Order: sequence, then C-alpha cells, then structure tokens
Amino acid sequence: MIHFVLLISRQGKVRLTKWYSTYSQKERTKVIRELSGLILARGPKLSNFIEWRGYKVVYRRYASLYFCMCIDADDNELEILEIIHHFVEILDRYFGSVCELDLIFNFHKAYYILDEILIAGELQESSKKTVARLIAAQDSLVEAAKEQASSVSNMIAQCVAAHCRPLLDNRVEERGCS
Amino acid sequence: MEQLKTIGRELAIGSHGGWGQSKEFLDLVKSIGEARSKAEEDRIILREVESLRRRIAEPDVPRRKMKEYIIRLVYAEMLGHDASFGYIHAVKMTHDDALPLKRTGYLAVTLFLSEDHDLIILIVNTIQKDLRSDNYLVVCAALAAVCKLINEETIPAVLPQVVDLLAHPKEAVRKKAVMALHRFYRRSPASVSHLRLCDNDPGVMGATLCPLFDLICADVNSYKDLVISFVGILKQVAERRLPKTYDYHQIAAPFIQIKLLKILALLGSGDKQASGHMYTVLGDIFRKCEQSSNIGNAVLYESICCVSSIYPNAKLLEAAAEATSNHNLKYMGVDALGRLIRINPDIAEEHQLAVIDCLEDPDDTLKRKTFELLYKMTKSTNVEVIVDRMIEYMINISDNHYKTEIASRCVELAEQFAPTNEWFIQTMNKVFEHAGDLVNVRVAHNLMRLIAEGFGEDDEGAESQLRSSAVDSYLRILAEPKLPSLFLQVICWVLGEYGTADGKYPAAYIIGKLCDVTEALLCDDTVKAYAISAILKICAFEIAEGRRVEMLPECQSLIDESSTSHSTDLQQRAYELQALLCLESQAVESVMPLDASCEDIEIDKNLTFLKDFVQQSIENGARPYIPESERSGMSNVSNFKSQYQHEASIHMLRFEAYELPRPSPAHVIPQVSVPTPIADLFPVPETTYNSETSQASKLPSVAGASSAAHGIKLHLDGVQRRWGKPTYSSSSGPSSTTSTEKTTNGVTHIDGVGSQSRDKLNESRRKQPEVSAEKQKLAASLFGGSAGKTEKKATSTQRAPKGNTRNAERPGAARSRSPEISKEKAAPSVPDLLDLGEPNPTSTTIVDPFKQLEGLVGPTPMPSPLDNSVKTSGFETPDLMAAAYTDLPPSGSSSGSLSSTTGDMYSADKTSNTATSVPSIKKGPFPQDSLRKDARARQVGVTPTGNNPNLNKIQVLFLFNRKIKVIIHILDKITLFKNTFWNHHFVYG
Repeated sequence: MIHFVLLISRQGKVRLTKWYSTYSQKERTKVIRELSGLILARGPKLSNFIEWRGYKVVYRRYASLYFCMCIDADDNELEILEIIHHFVEILDRYFGSVCELDLIFNFHKAYYILDEILIAGELQESSKKTVARLIAAQDSLVEAAKEQASSVSNMIAQCVAAHCRPLLDNRVEERGCS
Repeated sequence: MEQLKTIGRELAIGSHGGWGQSKEFLDLVKSIGEARSKAEEDRIILREVESLRRRIAEPDVPRRKMKEYIIRLVYAEMLGHDASFGYIHAVKMTHDDALPLKRTGYLAVTLFLSEDHDLIILIVNTIQKDLRSDNYLVVCAALAAVCKLINEETIPAVLPQVVDLLAHPKEAVRKKAVMALHRFYRRSPASVSHLRLCDNDPGVMGATLCPLFDLICADVNSYKDLVISFVGILKQVAERRLPKTYDYHQIAAPFIQIKLLKILALLGSGDKQASGHMYTVLGDIFRKCEQSSNIGNAVLYESICCVSSIYPNAKLLEAAAEATSNHNLKYMGVDALGRLIRINPDIAEEHQLAVIDCLEDPDDTLKRKTFELLYKMTKSTNVEVIVDRMIEYMINISDNHYKTEIASRCVELAEQFAPTNEWFIQTMNKVFEHAGDLVNVRVAHNLMRLIAEGFGEDDEGAESQLRSSAVDSYLRILAEPKLPSLFLQVICWVLGEYGTADGKYPAAYIIGKLCDVTEALLCDDTVKAYAISAILKICAFEIAEGRRVEMLPECQSLIDESSTSHSTDLQQRAYELQALLCLESQAVESVMPLDASCEDIEIDKNLTFLKDFVQQSIENGARPYIPESERSGMSNVSNFKSQYQHEASIHMLRFEAYELPRPSPAHVIPQVSVPTPIADLFPVPETTYNSETSQASKLPSVAGASSAAHGIKLHLDGVQRRWGKPTYSSSSGPSSTTSTEKTTNGVTHIDGVGSQSRDKLNESRRKQPEVSAEKQKLAASLFGGSAGKTEKKATSTQRAPKGNTRNAERPGAARSRSPEISKEKAAPSVPDLLDLGEPNPTSTTIVDPFKQLEGLVGPTPMPSPLDNSVKTSGFETPDLMAAAYTDLPPSGSSSGSLSSTTGDMYSADKTSNTATSVPSIKKGPFPQDSLRKDARARQVGVTPTGNNPNLNKIQVLFLFNRKIKVIIHILDKITLFKNTFWNHHFVYG
C-alpha cells in the first residue's frame, strides 16, 4: 500500500502532498524534511529507492520535480516507479505537456487527477484513457474549467520556456530506467 | 529562481481572474516561489493564514470566494501550516449543491481531516445523501471521501449503500465502490463479506484484485477454488486480450499482471496442485517479458517472486535464475537473488561478482540490500568476512534505525556461526563499541553468560584462557575515550568476576580501572552500580585469599560519593561494600565464593519451614491468617463491628487513619525480631523476592520443606544457548527437532535430517572468471570454501551439551513415561532449547493464568498463604501436554521457575516468561499479592533503572550467593510476613 505521495521541487519546496495513512501535521513536516534531505542529496546515478524507517520510498525525478511515494517493505518498487510515471503521463495528457508551473498553480487539479489514479493507497485505474475521460467529465461540469485549463497552458506556453520544461521531455535526467 | 520570478510576475500581470483564481492567490504562489528561505516562506504563509482566518469568518462570503479561500487553505496546509480554523468551512462546502463547490469541499476535507477527526461525524450525513445521488460524478466524489474519511465506527452507516453501488451502471462508480470496500476491510475485516471478481470492465476487475489480495492474505485456503480463474485472467492478460488502453509501454496491463502474480504467489505457496495450474502461464510470462523497460522488469521481478514462493518447479526456477542474470536493476536483482537463494543457494554463486560490485557501489540503498542478501547466505565459512564487512559499514553510518538493525544482525550471525570463541568476543566487543546503546540488553547478558560459562567444553584451561583474554581486551578497550553504557556494564562485570582470576593483574590495578570508569565519563548510575559491585567482588576475592585490601583513595571517594547518592541502589551497594570490608575472610568467602556466577540457587518459596511455627502459634491461641482477598468480602462488616465495639461511645464516622499496629502479643515478637538486624546488614533489593513469589504459584512443590538445606543444584535445562542454529529457515525446522529429540534421550550425536539441507549448500563451489585479484579474493571468502561446515556442526553440538546433559542426567522421569508423552514433551520444548531468540510459548502453557485463577479462587484453608502455590501446581490438567509439563520437572516447571531467578541473568528472553506471569499476579487473590505489590512499589522507588529489573536481579545474584542469599530471602520474607500478619491481626483483633 502507498502511504503517502510527495512532490518536492529540487529546492526542497513542497508541491503536493497526499497522505493515505494517518500522520499528524507535525509528523508530516518531519517526514517531508527528512525525506527531502535524503532524496535531494542522492546523486543522479543511484537507484530510485530508499529504505526508510522500515518502509521504502520510491522516487523519480522529472525536470526539477521529485515524485516520491512511500510504500510497504514488501511492495514491488518497480511497479511503484511505473505508477509514478503513469501519473506523470496522465498529468501530461491533461495539462498538455505538463511542467512544474502547472502543478504549482493548479495543485488542486493535480489532486483530482491523483484521486482518480490512487485511492486509499492503491492503484485503482491503470488505463490512462479511463482516467482522462473521468476527469474530463468532471471538468465539463465546472463552469469555464476547460477555458481555464487552456488559458493556463497558453499562459504557461508564453512563459520563459526554460523553466517550463515539460516534465516528460526530460528523459535524460531520469534515472534507473535502463 | 529568477526565471520563476519573471514568470510569476508575468502571470500576475496577465491573469486578471482569467485563471479562476484571484490575483491575490497568484501573488501568494508567486511570493512563495520567490522566497529565499524556509523562514521567509513561513512568514508569508503565516500572513496569508491570518488574513484568511479573518476573511473566512466574515458573514456572507460569496460561495465562489469561499471556494478559493478553501483552496488557499489547502495550500497553506500543504506547506505545513495549521489551517484547522477552516476545516468547518470545508465541511460546510461539501453540503453545497453545486458540484464544483462540492468537489472542492470534498477535496479539502479529504486533505484536511484524518479518519478520527471530530468533524467526520458531520460529513457522514452528506456522504450518505451523495451516495444516493443521480449524478455519478457526485457519487464518485462521495466515494473518494469515503475512502479517506470513514472509520471503523462509521462504516455501518455507509456500508449498505456502498454495497448497492457495486451494481451501479457506471464502471467508475463500481470501481470506487470496490476500493471503498477494500478500505473498509482494512479498517474492520468483519465488515466486508462478498466481492465480485467477474466484472465486464477490466478496470473494475483490476480494482477488485486489491481487496482480494488482502482477503487471500488473511485466509488462503478458502480461495483455492479461484486459482483457475486467476490463471485464466492472467492468461488473457498475457495474450493481450484486454483493451489496448490498458497497455503500458507495450506491455499488456502490467499493473494487473503484477497483482495477479502476487495473488498467485500466495495461493500457490506450498500447494503443489494449485502451483501445477500456474506453471504454463508463468513460463509464458517469462518468455514474453522484455527487459528493456522498467515495467517489464517489474513484471519479471514479480514473477520471480511468484516462482520462488510457489511449489518449486525446476524448469521455472531455471528460467527465473536466467532472468535474474540479465536483470538490469541491481537493486531488484539483489532482492530477487535473495528470494531465490532460499530455494537454491547455488544461484547466488553464479552472480557473486555482481554481488560484490553491488557491495562496493556508492549507492547506500543498494549496499543495504546487498547486506541483506549476504545475511541470507551467511555460512560458517564466510561469516568472518561478512560480519567484518557489516561492522565496517555499521561504523560509518549514522542512521540509528538501520544501525540497530545491522548491529543485531551482526550479533545474530556471530552467535550462529562464530568459528572461535575469541573471534566471537572480539566481534561482540566491536559491535558494542560502535553501536553499544543500540544493541538489545539481551546481547550483553548473553555475552556475560558466555564468558562466565565458557562454551560448554570441559576444558577448564581453555575457559580461563578465554576469560583472561577477555579481561585483557577489556582493559585495553577501557582506554578508549567514549564507550556506550551497556558495554561498560559488561566490562565492569567481567572485570569484577575474572579481573584477578588469573593473577596477572593485581587487585588494586583492576579496582583503579573500575574507579576510572565511574569517574572518567558521564556514566550513568547503572554503570556505577556495576562498577561498585565489581569492586566488591574483587575485594571479596582478595579478602578470601587472606590478602589485605588497601583502599585506594579514589575508590574510597567513590564509595563515599555513592553512599550519599540520590540513587538508593547505589547507596545500598556502597554500604554493602563497606560492610563486606569489615568481615573476616571466612565469612567473606562464603558470601562471595570464587567463580560462582554460574551456580544456581533454589529457594523455598513456600516458607514451608514456617509451618511448625504457625501451627504452634495457632495452638497458642493466635488467630489463623486469612488472606486479604478472602477478607475483602467481610472486611467492611468486621471493620464496622470492631469499630463499633471499640468506640461505641462515638457515634459518628471516623476520618482519621488507624494507628500503627502496636506490638501486642509478646510471645511472637521476640522470635521474629531476632533476624531483623541481620537483614539490615544484608539488605536485599525487593526485586528478587518479588519475582520469586510471582513464580511461586506455578512452582510445583518440588522444592519441599528441606530444599533449602539440601538442594542447590544446577538447572540449566531451558537456558540452552543458540549456538549452531541452522542457517536457512527451510532447514531450521527439521534439524532442530531432530537434534533435540536426540539429545533429550541422552544421545549427543546428530545425524541426517538437520545436516542434509546443509549438504546441499556444500555442493559445487567452483570456477570464478578472471577479474581483479582483490575482488576474487573477496568472492572466494564469501562464496567459496566448503570445508568447516560439518566441523562446525560438530562443535556446535559439543557446545550444546551443557544444557542438554541436564536433561540426560535426569532421565528417570522422561524414560519411564510412555513414548507419546516424551515426544509430546520434546516437541514443544524445541524452541526453548534451541532458539532463545523467540519468545517461548511453551512455558506460558504451564502457567495458564485462568487455571491458576481457578485454582486460587476456591475457599482457602487456614495456612493458605503457604498452600496456595502447592495447590495450583498440583492442579489437575486434563490436557496431556499440560500433564506432561506439570509432571516433568526437568523441562517444563524448572525452566519456568528458573527463568525468574537465574534464567534472567542468563538471558533476557526469559523475561517473556516472567512477563507472562505478571498479569496473573494481579489476579492471584492470596496475601502475598499485597506484599508483592508493596514490594513492587518499593522497587520502583528504589531501583534507579526501574525499567530494567533484570539488572537488579543479576547484581543481586552475583552479590550474594547461595545459602547466604537463601537465608536473606527467608529473613526478608519473615519480616514482611510478620508485618502483614500483625496488620491483619490488629484489624481483626
């Protein structure tokens, strides 16, 4: 089971947190501090797994953003690694070549998407298309949601290209996949 | 950073509300992005939280505005700040009719609240309503909230609706309902009864696998019938019969495959028939798996796990091993190897060089995993290399959590495979030195015991050599600036016991060293206590030898300091030392015989020798003693009555306390008051008394009246060491049983079954490709060298007898028993004898607290405090096993009683025994109960280390030996007994 999902920027800023097990606010802060220290310090050629407090943390870096998931010791790390990628691919499809800024300003959207993929710490849907359909259905009910989404991506497209590096184009920086 | 700044600026300028979010919010995000430090970020957020707190409380906030506020609160909370003031608004928002607002409300609520939050109860009603909604999106939102928020208490409120939703036309709803049920199952397994596996929609089917996995984990057997359908599904998946959308990087529905493989691994483990169905499809998967992508490897890894857990099939194993060799990810590869190695240890040898590469990898995680693998493949031939490596690594890491783990592993391996005793002691020293405070106390006690007992060999010379080498090394180590307290304790103890034994070091030198220990560092009271006891012992040995002990000034100051210490334990020890110095050599020798730490003490816990006295007193007209529990019923009445009689003139309630018992009938007092001064001279901490009485109830009446006089015997039956425990879990079962069965019958050789599995390991150790010499050397030391395996086994059996001979020595009872019974007996005692590592379940069977209680509740006759224990131990147990136990003192009862007295000193595991007996104390309605509580209360006050009762026991046991100790106990008991006796007497009289 996945205990929590963390998105941390390279500077150690929290971009998204989702807790599937109960942690108090204090514990959360501690966990984030501890893990960002551990993960950000790891060099690029190391494996994507950390053993931590009897759990395993699987992380993957996309551009300047680290996606981390904490799992039980007997879970399959590679599967989780691919769940992360699955999530990123869906984000990419939704935002249209997603970048960190999309997630910064639209973190609640990211939450909705994550809720469609993971529920109660388990993968609930492995089909990208199904997730996309559901999210679209929800958005269509939100007034002007689509408009917003497109305006966001337009806006971002106009922004300085370097920082808005799409997460998925950045395969070079990714590790552990060969 | 600058880039982000510019973007933020641009965004802020160009986005007047076009985002659906106000400029303020964008500003906030922007300024957070620009924040240069965590402190600055915190400041910004705190300001934001304050303004939100103000605005959110304003009346008539527009709903849209409120939605944004809530999202901003989510943001603040995400960054680690408290937004609890807004929770109630989020809850209110879930009541909203408009879906966007409702969803925001649910999102915020799921992020804010945990399942035991007080506000949950306010949401349950909304959730119920929403689950009935026509709009499936509303239902989805509600189900998502259900998955996060519903706790055990509220499950019944939504369960029927969720179950109904399993038939919902929309697959998204069905899927979420399944996941919700899964969640319910995790919270309270009783609530979920049925799940449908067959669903037309693959998404729902995939989701169903999650709860099924859990259900199967809990109860494999009732799902065996599903094996065929699972295999069928897996086959379909592997043949790409699922919709294309489930493909992921050209692999067909890998996530579903992985889950299915996990389930099959569960179902197939140890079941030949079920495994038979799986072989073909697993073979297919191996063949089809491509290893160019992560996900391919994930599936591959899972199938290796599956193959290694199901009933072994040679062909598949081969395929799996082959797959491992091509495995790209070392980490997973190492893990997979670890799994395969359990079945066939040879596989690892083919990959030895890869493993060594991993060990030298800069990646910490990988190293750890590799150590795990090494741990699994440790044998007596390579233990030295592996443990050395582990310790080397341990020294360099700072993560306490992992350090503890690796230290305990070192200890475990060293205990199992130590090639020589010296090596073992050296290794232990290293472990203690570097991770001393993280090691279990048990390990320290084990080490002490080992040095004290030697290794079971009869060779006295080797033992004393070992001891003196230990003393040497400890004296050397003491020069180190900083040592963990646990290690210091061991050092103190060893120096005290054996420091002067070989005459190499003068007593004054050792005492000086011990004083240094207490002074040099900020050492705690426990270490000081150990040191003082050690000094005491050395002084005692010296005096007994007839030599004069001149007090070193630093030692004197230590004693002075300790005798005024805050810790009463230290004080006591200091006074004991002083008292001992005044005694003459004869007395000292009997107080402190040389090298007596291994001997056992038997104590008459029933105070049977007092029976005559009690009888006499009763005949002289004393009132019989009534246990406190018996009194409880009538105490009120009698109290009232006596009060009434005594103070008939005062017709009112009395509030002041009763006065202290006056020394009334003179004919009893003189007899009991005689021993008290002696008791003062040798004060015994209450702990020992305490634990013994706690055991008294289960001690069969073996001790008898005269046991104090005749029976000081060595009982080592339950305290066997764990040397030479077999390596692999698969082989540990059979080998241990056979060996004990053999030894209990007095035969000390070991054959067949146990070593059979080891023989497998010995086969084929060969060829290494040409690589760097150093690596090769390492590889050779890790994997090569099949010799020594059998020798090792032999030595381990040689070491074993110390415990076993005890069994052999008292064959009378065991032999006369019918074979079934002795078998019955042997089987449960196996873990007791061979595996001290695990808590010992067998001994608890002897002490069934309920039976004990049953035995105690009945009306107790006159001298009941003495009779109680006898009664319980003789309690008729219909159960054959229990009968075997109660009847057979050797293994069952004596180990039970031992555990409290000496067993504790040998190994802390035995505390599991005492621990189990503790609850039963409270139930025991006899008067000693009160004494014990009393004693316990005092003990808490007295002992500096209230959490470590073992310490006291050990100390006491070493301090006072044998008879002296017995006498002191008796004195102590008499005093206490007298006190309560008179208390009661007064109350009734």
